[in-house]
Order: sequence, then C-alpha cells, then structure tokens
Amino acid sequence: MTPEASKKFLVFAPLTAFVLLSAFFYSALQLREIRGGDELTSALIDRPFPSFELAGLDNDVHDQSELSMGQVTLVNVWGSWCPSCRYEHPFLTELVEAGVPLVGLNYKDTPTAALDWLDSFGDIYQYHIQDQDGRLGLDLGVYGAPETFIVDGDGVIRYKRVGVVDQRVWDDLMKPVYLQYGGQIDD
Amino acid sequence: MYPEFGLIALIFAGFIALLQSSIPLVGIRYKRPELIASAGPLSALVFVAILISYYYLTMSFLQDDFSVVYVANNSNSLLPWYYKFSAVWGAHEGSMLLWVLVLVGWTLAVSIFSRHLQKDFRAVALASQGMLALGFILFLVFTSNPFERLLPFSAPEGSDLNPLLQDVGLIFHPPMLYMGYVGFSVAFSFALAALVCGKLDPIWAKWLRPWTNIAWAFLTAGIALGSWWAYYELGWGGWWFWDPVENASLMPWIVGTALVHSLAVAEKRNLFQSWTVLLAIVAFSLSLLGTFLVRSGVLTSVHSFASDPERGLYILIFLFIVIGGSLFLYGLRMGDLKPTTGFEPLSAESMLLVNNLLLTLFASVVLLGTLYPLLIESLGMQSVSVGPPYFNLFLVIIGAPLMLFMGLGQRMRWRRDDMSRVLKSIPLPLIVSLVLAIVFAAMLGSFKAGLVGALFLAIWVVSHLIEDLRAKYLSGGLSKTLKSLTWWGMCTAHIGIAVLAVGIGLSAALTESVDVRMEAGTKVELAGYEFEFDGVYQEPGPNYTAQVAEVFVWKDGFPEAQLYPEKRRYLAGGDVLTEAGIDAGIGRDLFVSMGESLEGGAWAVRIQVKPFIRWTWFGAIFMALGGVIGILDRRYRMPAITDSEGSQSTNDQSQAST
Repeated sequence: MTPEASKKFLVFAPLTAFVLLSAFFYSALQLREIRGGDELTSALIDRPFPSFELAGLDNDVHDQSELSMGQVTLVNVWGSWCPSCRYEHPFLTELVEAGVPLVGLNYKDTPTAALDWLDSFGDIYQYHIQDQDGRLGLDLGVYGAPETFIVDGDGVIRYKRVGVVDQRVWDDLMKPVYLQYGGQIDD
Repeated sequence: MYPEFGLIALIFAGFIALLQSSIPLVGIRYKRPELIASAGPLSALVFVAILISYYYLTMSFLQDDFSVVYVANNSNSLLPWYYKFSAVWGAHEGSMLLWVLVLVGWTLAVSIFSRHLQKDFRAVALASQGMLALGFILFLVFTSNPFERLLPFSAPEGSDLNPLLQDVGLIFHPPMLYMGYVGFSVAFSFALAALVCGKLDPIWAKWLRPWTNIAWAFLTAGIALGSWWAYYELGWGGWWFWDPVENASLMPWIVGTALVHSLAVAEKRNLFQSWTVLLAIVAFSLSLLGTFLVRSGVLTSVHSFASDPERGLYILIFLFIVIGGSLFLYGLRMGDLKPTTGFEPLSAESMLLVNNLLLTLFASVVLLGTLYPLLIESLGMQSVSVGPPYFNLFLVIIGAPLMLFMGLGQRMRWRRDDMSRVLKSIPLPLIVSLVLAIVFAAMLGSFKAGLVGALFLAIWVVSHLIEDLRAKYLSGGLSKTLKSLTWWGMCTAHIGIAVLAVGIGLSAALTESVDVRMEAGTKVELAGYEFEFDGVYQEPGPNYTAQVAEVFVWKDGFPEAQLYPEKRRYLAGGDVLTEAGIDAGIGRDLFVSMGESLEGGAWAVRIQVKPFIRWTWFGAIFMALGGVIGILDRRYRMPAITDSEGSQSTNDQSQAST
C-alpha cells in the first residue's frame, strides 16, 4: 500500500473500532434481554446448587448438602472489597431479623479482611463458604458481587439476583419466589 | 402545580430542537442568510422551554406531589427542602433532564459568544448541538418520562430519596459532572463544524481552547466531589474504587486532558489537527458511552440507575448515529488533509505527543478493564471481575513516565529544542528531587517504593518549573512568561498533578487502620493518637434518627480533636447508614466509623489515620483552578474568527512562541 492509500485506510480506523465496539455492546444488551430484563438470571435456575467442599470462615468444612436440609435459604455472594455489599448489608440484616436464613459466599476475599468487615458491620450469616479463588463462583456463573441466590429446601436454585437486594427488589422480585417455595417470614 | 406543563414544555423543546438541527443546514445549502442566522434564536428558545420543564419537575418535588411516579419514588415529605431540590437529579429520569438542561445551557452560551464566528461554521456547530438535544429529549419522552403520573391512585407518601444521596457532596456532584461531560459537546460540535466547513486552522483551535478548558475544569471538580463523597459517605475510608461508573467519568477526563494539550499544539503550531479533531470526537463520545454503560444495565455497579434494556437499546442506537456518523465524517474528510509543517524529535510538540500517547493508552486500559468482564461473558466464558490491582498497576506504569515527561515537557521550546540545553538542565532537578524525596521519606519514617516514588515525581515536576523560571530570569525572559495566564494555568494544573501524586502515594503507604470493640471509656492508640470512646447518644434528624458516638482524640496528652461518627436509621425506608466522624487536616485525616452495636453498650468501631489523603482532592482543586486560570488569558478575549472568507492561514506565527 502506498502511504497515501494507507492514510486513507487509517482515518477510518476509529470508525471501524467503534462499529466493532457497538456490535459488541449490542450483543451484550441482547444477552441481558434473553436473561430477562435487567436480571442476569442464571442458566442454573431450577438446577441443583453446584457441588463444592470448601472451608468456612469458621474453619469448618461446608458442602452443598447443607443447602438441602428442607429450608429455603438465601445464598449471598459478598466480599469485603465490594462497596455495594456494604450498601445492601442493612437490608439483609432486616431480612435475617425477620427469620430469613442467610448463608454467605465470601467471594475472592481474604479471611482476615472478611472477618474485619463482619466485625464492623455485623455477621448476620448462618455461616460463610470461603471461595477465595472464585472456583465455586465460576460454577455459579457469578457476575460480580453482590449476588443473591434463592435455594429451595431440596438444594435447587430457584432465583438469582445480580446486584444489590433492597426493599423494592425483595418485595417485587424475590419475596414471591421465596414464599412460593415455602420460605418463612415472621412479622 | 401541573407536571403536565413540564411535559408539554419538554415536547415543545423537542420540536424546536428539530428545527434548530435542520433549518440552519437548509439555509447553508440554499444560501439563505436568514435561515442560517436562525440557529441562535432557536437555541435560546430550546433553552427556555427546557428551563420551564425543569422548573415544573422541581416544583413537583418541593410541593410533595406524590402523584408523580418519579417524585413518589425519590422524595418524601420529611425530606429537607434542599434535598427535595437536589432529589430532582437523584435518579435516572430527572438526572437526564438535568443533563439536557446543561446541554442546552452550553448551547446557548456558545451561541452568545460565537456571534463573531464565520456564519456557516457557527450554524453547523449549533445545528449539531441541536441534534444532540433532540436525541436526548426523545430519549426522555419515550423511555424516561419524569412527569409520569400515578393517577388516579396517588401515593400518600414518597418512598424517600436514597439516603446515600442525602448529602451536600451529592447536591453538587452531578451538576458539576454534567457540566464537564456535556461541556465536551462544544468541542465535539465544533470539530464536526470544522470537518464540514474544512476549517481546521489555528484560529479554530484558539477559539475552542477556553471551552474545552472550562469543561475539563468542571469535570475535574465533579469527579473530585464524587470521590470526596465516597470517602466520607460509604464509611469505608476509600476514595476511589475503580467502579465501572467511576471509570465512565474518568475516561472522558483522560481523553479531555489529552485534548486540552493537543489543542495547545494545534493553536500554537498548526499541527496535530487531525488528531485533535479525533480527540474532540472521542472525549464527548466517551461521555455518551458512560451514559450508556450506567443507564442500560449492561454493567452493574453501586451507582447504577434503575436500568432497563429498552433504554439501553435506545442509547445504543443514538450512540451509533452520533459517534458512528461523526467518525465516518472524520474518515471522509481527513483522508484528504495535507500534512502541515513537521517538528523535531526534541521539542514541545514531541513532548505533548508523548503526553497524548500515554493518556490515550491509559484511557484504553481503563476502557478495556471496564469492558473486560462483558467481553469474556459474551465470548461464552464465565464472567470475571477486574479489580483495583489491574487499574492501580497501570496507573503507576503509565502515570510515572507521564510525570517524568511532564517535568521536562513544561520547559521544552516549540519547534526545536537544543539537546545540550535540555541535558544541562536535567541534573539539578534530578538531584534535588532525589535528595528531597529521601529526606521527606526519612521524616515520614517510611521508605516504601510507592511513597518515595510519588515524592520524587511530585518534586521532579515542581523543580522543573522552578528551574525554568531560573533559566528565564537569567536570560531576561521572565517578565513575559509571568504575564501569560496560560502559563500560570499550566503551572497550577501541573502542581495539582504533583499534589495528587503525593496524596495517592503517601496515603496508600502510610494509612493505619484498626477495628476495635469500644465502650464508654475504652482507649485505643493508633499512629501516635489516642482515641477515647465516650459513649453513644440518640439524636433525632429531620427524616432519620441517629446514634451518635463521641470520640475524643489526644496527642501527647493534649486534646487533638472530637469526632462524632453516626449511625443513622432513615424513617421511610429503614435503611441504616454510617456517617463517618472525620477530623480533616493537611497532614492527616482522623477517620472513625461505627460498625454494629455489640452487647453491653459496646460498638465495633473502625479507626483510621490517613496521612495526606486530603492532598488527592487539593490536587484536583488545583487542576480545575489551572483550567480556569488558563482561559482568563487576554488573547482569548480578542475576536478569533472574523466573518471574512479566507481567514484560513492568516495566523500569527509571531505570537505562537509565547
């Protein structure tokens, strides 16, 4: 190519890059829609919680069988590094106070930082599964913390929330599912 | 008050914006001066209509009209009036209306100050601003109507503004940020006008510089306010999280910084035109991209607005037309541009080129890091998150050479500099910076690489400025330099970068933090300060109740500060928020935040001593100030482009060396 021709080509490079980027955004947007609105619903809905065997922050070893003991449970993916987790924490506290069982999946975090965080803001969880390298997160299709799963009494995932859980999300989207599978709330 | 009036005004503004974006262009095509001149009055009319619309939305908030969905969702009768006022931009719909208000405000300002510009050129730019306004007004009306009513079942009470947003910092943060984002639309529209009219000359660049500087200064201040808010309101003591939304504001800032510098070259030396036009398009495109990312739900973040894929699709189509169209025009026009005079490898031009390349690289790195999780996901792999380690690494890798070159570049001559002069001027600042960095590090008692490096780079930048003044004093050129407000602006902004580097480096290296259980009388020592917890009392707020802890701080037996960290429970939503107690100082911040209440009246408390953290925001203030000082330079007050044909190259090269 002559310098002249290569220049003609070069000035269209930004446009080319932008068109590729737009195509990519379009596919990302489609992905959101297929998954149902702004909910990044998981391909794991109505499938059993993936099997795992991981240490907890209490140093006990936990596995998926604890999630199929007949009780509907929320599994909350969190990390001390995640500002949004801090944001939803007060509302999760209210849920726990209303008798909703909550299990923590401490995601890509260090135990020290996680325990510090829990000391400051309150450990409202029944126990925590430590997923330091994000392996279980991969199996769960975790998009980023915070995420909250509703797991029914047989250990089957019934709902997945990507992002913060607040009063509106709970009332509109999660509470109906939670009650449908027999979850209990004290008033 | 009838919110419908607001909606009518908004729709009316849309029609006028349609006229504004078409009539002037028709006028140019058919050479009808009266149609070309209509761009100015039409943009004033759009502004008035949007202002009326905005007024009605504000009144709906101030009068607690909970029949309006947006008001019911984001306000509450107990909310203090100033938060009702700022709640207008507390969520998606209203903040979009504010965005449009700012856009048409800028357009009006441009139309007032551009009367002396060539008529066609000005008309194209105003028409382009009109198209942007039209796009956003359609977006508001069709996907995000803030005036939607809940009739006939009006809500008895509003569900309150998100407590995180009930804060002074948040009153000013979005307007400032939008002034910056949208301010770049001026550079964008004039880049388009230059492409259409084929006027890429130094006069064009000279006219654009103050507009770009002021937009950049606003964006700087807006980002700094946001970070300051995150610091004291999220209660965690961090001030930058590399959150997708923060990145969305940082990318236009970085490219805007590059634009500010490349415009200098385009004005003084008539070089980099093609590149400058591209930066002008990209800076605003990234502002739009940020809007898309934040409001489409493509990325999730703590800042995310209630998102909606339909909105996302609309914005994406709009982006495609605006950005794709302008880049297409760029490709068409720039292929024919003849390169102008070149420059030597050792010159102010080459230094500014390095600046531009490094900044562009940094913007790309941030863009990649922000989009990477999406990219991986759309390739069908499991999603991942890219965290602060990635961004911080590149901040250092790119920031350090940027500051090294900044030190040298500040004093480099245009066109061609003398290698021996440059080499001779390096040793003194180098030695001074090394010695002072080590001395200061020793005084601070830490030799961490980040700390010493930040000190070295900061002093390096400042010492080159001083060395430059010394050399100019010796050669007798000092008084001329000191009279140039452009020079003062540059100095102030560059010192701002140095101050920011000190803030980042020192606070990262020296922050000490401890989490403790405290009850009345508990004393904790940290970094030479003694923190004494004196108990907790209840205090009612306007729409919350607070538990306030009293903490006394002592240093060497003398009282140093009293801190009152709070835990607030908001009445409407029941949300609990932490309000940190902060004693701010130039040398250090004392930061106390309350965790959970424990048994026996005790509390989990996080205590932090954060040296030099305030310097990060001081740095930003200096930068914004520098941008403002630069535009006060006298030469910007002279008419730039007169309405005569062939003003193409009557540029004054003699002035270019100031």
